[in-house]
Amino acid sequence: MDFSIASILLLDGVTNGAIYALLGLATVLVFTVTRVIFIPQGEFVAYGALTLAILQTGKIPGTVWLLLILAAIAAAMDGVGAWRRHHNALATLKSALKTLVIPVVVAGLTAWAAPLQMPLLLQALLSVCIVTAFGPLVYRVAYQSLADASPLVLLIVSVGVHFAMTGLGLLFFGAEGFRNPSFWDLRMSLGALTLSGQAIIIMLTSVALIVLLWLFFERSLYGKALRATAVNRLGARLMGISSQSAGQLTFAMAALIGALSGLLIGPTTTIFYDSGFLIGLKGFVAAVAAGLASYPGALLGALFVGLVEAFASFWASAFKEVIVFTLILPVLLWRSLQGGHSDEEH
Amino acid sequence: MKLKKTFIATAFTLLACGTALADITIGVSLPLTGPASGLGIPVNNQMKLWPSTIGGEKVRLIILDDATDPTNGTKNAKRFVTDDKVDIIIGSVATPVAIPIADVAAESKTVQLSLSPIQLPPGKDGWTFRMPQSNAVMSHAMMGLMKKQGVKTVGFLGYTDAYGEGWLKDFTAEAEKNGIKVIATERFARSDTSVTGQVLKLVAANPDAMLIVASGSGAAMPHMAVVERGYKGKIYQTHAAATRDLMRVGGKAVEGAYVVSGPAVIAEQLPDSHPSKKAAIDFVQKFEKAYGPGSRNQFAGHGYDAELVLEKIVPMALKKAKPGTPEFRAALRDAMETMGRSVVAHGVVNWTKDDHWGYTPETGVMLKVVNGDWKVE
Repeated sequence: MDFSIASILLLDGVTNGAIYALLGLATVLVFTVTRVIFIPQGEFVAYGALTLAILQTGKIPGTVWLLLILAAIAAAMDGVGAWRRHHNALATLKSALKTLVIPVVVAGLTAWAAPLQMPLLLQALLSVCIVTAFGPLVYRVAYQSLADASPLVLLIVSVGVHFAMTGLGLLFFGAEGFRNPSFWDLRMSLGALTLSGQAIIIMLTSVALIVLLWLFFERSLYGKALRATAVNRLGARLMGISSQSAGQLTFAMAALIGALSGLLIGPTTTIFYDSGFLIGLKGFVAAVAAGLASYPGALLGALFVGLVEAFASFWASAFKEVIVFTLILPVLLWRSLQGGHSDEEH
Repeated sequence: MKLKKTFIATAFTLLACGTALADITIGVSLPLTGPASGLGIPVNNQMKLWPSTIGGEKVRLIILDDATDPTNGTKNAKRFVTDDKVDIIIGSVATPVAIPIADVAAESKTVQLSLSPIQLPPGKDGWTFRMPQSNAVMSHAMMGLMKKQGVKTVGFLGYTDAYGEGWLKDFTAEAEKNGIKVIATERFARSDTSVTGQVLKLVAANPDAMLIVASGSGAAMPHMAVVERGYKGKIYQTHAAATRDLMRVGGKAVEGAYVVSGPAVIAEQLPDSHPSKKAAIDFVQKFEKAYGPGSRNQFAGHGYDAELVLEKIVPMALKKAKPGTPEFRAALRDAMETMGRSVVAHGVVNWTKDDHWGYTPETGVMLKVVNGDWKVE
């Protein structure tokens, strides 16, 4: 190993780490607000990348149908809920329509735009819209009625949602993988190092998103409401913050981050319907390293995971995954020695 | 009264005949989901085109999904032999899944027609026959071209699973015989998003050629990484990569790749003297009529060949025993071992008592990717 190889590996590790950081942040976000350990976070990554890939071929992606079905289920659930509360047909209808409107608009837009073969950036924007619309629906259908259950129950639901989403992914996208075109075909040579436009985009987007998240939580009312829910759900509810809308907003953000990560990683590797899981799992390792509580911690953890992965693949490629996932043991040991019980915090 | 008795007796005889005539039961375990589903789905598609009778007997196909999971594969195989009492097990097309199925096949004395080139310890493959070309047979074809190109050193980049390990072992042995050295060996997993570290090490070793062992569209990512690092030597791919997904995902980067393949994939380009030409054309025409032009691939071809083999061995075994009995299963095995030289779409097979691999060394065809299409090299 000389300096040039080390710098190439460093760049590779930071590029991958930036993606893991986004997913780690989303995992921390979802856990703090809703206490859901959101295993399917990676599925949003695959959905985002593959939805764009299908749009590229000029077809309507299967995710749109899933979106409509999920929206119909969620609307029915909302309608039943409203009927139980008000016994009023108008209120029932209104509540159901409110859930339906965004997914239906997104689906209609996709059906209209898909055959037009629009420019890559517009298609990317559309893919982000489709996948983001999944977030609140997944929360509504799978988690909302269990919002007060223990984290363990929510974790079990997460495993179920993960398998459902992977299976549906196979149905919609097929078994073979896709690779998306690059957003920026730049290749810069810095000595032995080749910097690609995509790597620059990945790092810049990650930094921008992290800053945006920080601004959102520090400056906006919604962000503060989410933080309040994270600190104390009951107290936040007493202050008039709906924990349901907090949950849906959180999931929408998680899906948005997932979709963006998918678009970022799509041009650098082949994405399969089940690729999201391992990518998401590495984000999860980063989040666990941060105790599922700290955003800067998750960022550092993710960069660390990315770097270890890059160097492990150079030194001992056969054991790369073993090394990356074994890392979590000393971190957990250190955390448990340091922190004691933290179950009551959330 | 008498009439009634006769009636009942006849009914029973008919019933008995019904079960005796019944159907040859074939248990198929394929990865329809999971990482190897790209291999399993084409085989499943091909099996949908199978006739309903083989050798004059009705065929009952039981196709189960093993999700590319060895545990599921074993479960499927156990179900086949205990509940369904199958006469023959076909599958899996994923190497790591086919290996544990071989254990069940041997225990229950049922013939396994594996759709992947699985390597078993000596003496363990008594009931297992492989449908795909062995890695050694394919390495043989690769060696021919490598020697012609003056390749002396090879770098190896393969899956960290049984498929990658099997290739490494067979290829190294074949290379040593031909005075070619494997000078660097690196592994990656199918789910990896980057192989930068491995490729850096391989390119630094500067071999004359690079061998990538991966399957389907998963073979494109490592290939592109090698090209991106500025490697100028020849890049070779194995028969699991001989699908059009390699070009679809790899695009320009895979131009000039050398891919070893069974003859079925490039049926039209085979010389007329090639023994498999007729079978290969038949396979391609039937498959593409059902699933569209360009849909053919290596694995669907194995599904087609499995049928050809059954057409030959089932009548041989029927002469000795009735389906559904241990005798019939044993007869099937004897038929496999004595069926002799048989032409299938993927080459010429000749299983014997001591060789359950089948293909003759002339089977592999070297293809080159030229303008996004296969060209016989």
